[in-house]
Amino acid sequence: MIRAVGLRKSFGEFEAVKGIDVDVRRGEAFGFLGPNGAGKSSTMRMIAAVSPVSGGELSILGMDPAVDGPAIRGRLGVCPQEDTLDNELNVRDNLYIYGRYFGIPKGEVNARVDELLEFVQLTEKAKAKVEDLSGGMKRRLTIARSLVNRPDLLLLDEPTTGLDPQARHVLWDKLFRLKQAGVTLVITTHYMDEAEQLCDRLVVMDKGLIVAEGSPLALIREHSTREVAELRFGVAEEGAGHEALAEKVADLGERVEVLPDRLLVYSDDGEEVIAKTHERGLQPVAVLVRRSTLEDVFLRLTGRTLVD
Amino acid sequence: MSLEQRARLVGLPLGEGVGRQFDYWMTVYKRTWQGSIISSFVSPFFYVVAMGVLLGGFIAGDPAELEGATSYLAFVVPGLIAAHAMQTGVGETTYPVMGLIKWNAVYDSMLATPLQVRHVVAAHLGFVGFRLMTTCAVFMLVLAPFGVFETWWGPLLAFASQVLVGMAFACLVYGFTTRLRSEEGFGVLFRLGVFPLFLFSGAFFPVSNLGPVGEWVAKLTPLWHGVNLSRMFCIDEVDWSTAAVNVAVLLALVVFGWFWSVSGLTKRLVK
Repeated sequence: MIRAVGLRKSFGEFEAVKGIDVDVRRGEAFGFLGPNGAGKSSTMRMIAAVSPVSGGELSILGMDPAVDGPAIRGRLGVCPQEDTLDNELNVRDNLYIYGRYFGIPKGEVNARVDELLEFVQLTEKAKAKVEDLSGGMKRRLTIARSLVNRPDLLLLDEPTTGLDPQARHVLWDKLFRLKQAGVTLVITTHYMDEAEQLCDRLVVMDKGLIVAEGSPLALIREHSTREVAELRFGVAEEGAGHEALAEKVADLGERVEVLPDRLLVYSDDGEEVIAKTHERGLQPVAVLVRRSTLEDVFLRLTGRTLVD
Repeated sequence: MSLEQRARLVGLPLGEGVGRQFDYWMTVYKRTWQGSIISSFVSPFFYVVAMGVLLGGFIAGDPAELEGATSYLAFVVPGLIAAHAMQTGVGETTYPVMGLIKWNAVYDSMLATPLQVRHVVAAHLGFVGFRLMTTCAVFMLVLAPFGVFETWWGPLLAFASQVLVGMAFACLVYGFTTRLRSEEGFGVLFRLGVFPLFLFSGAFFPVSNLGPVGEWVAKLTPLWHGVNLSRMFCIDEVDWSTAAVNVAVLLALVVFGWFWSVSGLTKRLVK
């Protein structure tokens, strides 16, 4: 569905995407993960055939976006990061008018609009103004809009950013159903739980490059341990105390990470780490054993430093 | 690139792309027409009464002084309509265009579909053309009972000239707006562009009153060409060679403005 080789995007001097290889297959849900400024959105805009490629090769649905932009866009659904709904129009008109842009006949658009309103549970809001909708409703409407041309490939740029947990789960449910129906999904997100929920395969991007690639499970296996033991000590001052404690437990796991308020010991058996910690006469005030998540992988690969 | 690839690069035919946006602009119009219908009749009427009849009552209707018009009413209103067309053209391509680029991101959503920049620009300018036709037609209808028109065909050509001058401004200002980052630039455009043109391009007084240099400068402004055409046709004092120059200048501005607008919006949104 998508094939990129050495794909690059620059804005003047700034290189947002510095040569990435991506291969997305039919029917899968593919994720781009990365911190802000990693180049996810620039990549998505190139895939959406709205942003010209600066270098490398890109083929979407077997076509070259530089030549077949309109034909590609006709078969894509795009759910952009910022809602681009028309606030002046009501819910129904937003869908209807958008469908007309694809050249779908009026009767056909009307039928699809009814169907889509039902699918995203907005039938009762059909006559409501967009500005009166909640954030979650607007996102659902944007997703409905992106489906009006029955796309083969659906691009979702941070689909659930800014939504409350209820709204996110409703949305995930809708996306999951689309995937079941055979729509290929490409998702960017910086929510790890979202990526674990939705993506069959993903790449982690950082500073314009792909730093890891695989299924969520494979990535955890490759870049983290099975479990993480979190040890919280009653150390008053940051820094020195923790560093010394970290040395004492360093051999208990594959890796120890020192955070201002706790130590993370990466190990395949978290309980054992805790038992041994106690054996050594150390008294953490709180302990927690949990499974490694994609978030551990993500932070390991892209660092804990704030990007902006 | 092969011929077939070139053909595909062109994408949708212009008419097809514009047609697909018809429902959008129709909806926009339906939302605003009720608000505009009153003002579109009332303000022309006020203009005709205040400037043409009441102010004109103080001015001798000497054809030698008024470019052939037999009353100040017949002199001023055809020019005013051209100026009104300019203001409509500018008004429709300043804030509304910036809104769709920046505040509402509607253009972005359009360009995510098979539509291309030239379709989007053409449909919007087409809508501006429609607005110009309705406002100028209303103005001309208001003027009709005042006995200014000398022939049946003159007013039709005057109407076409008014729409043409409005479109010239719309195309130019559209291109200007696509290159503007914030709306503050509009203040400069209105104060240093539109307002002086409105006052000094021959709508209110013959440009010969400006002196030889002033007259020459005024005749270089786009609005004068529209004012001159509108007046000549309304009062049947047509100098065809001047008319040809007027039309050619305005058409050239439309063509230039069209390319300038498409390139401006492309730079702005396709990046």
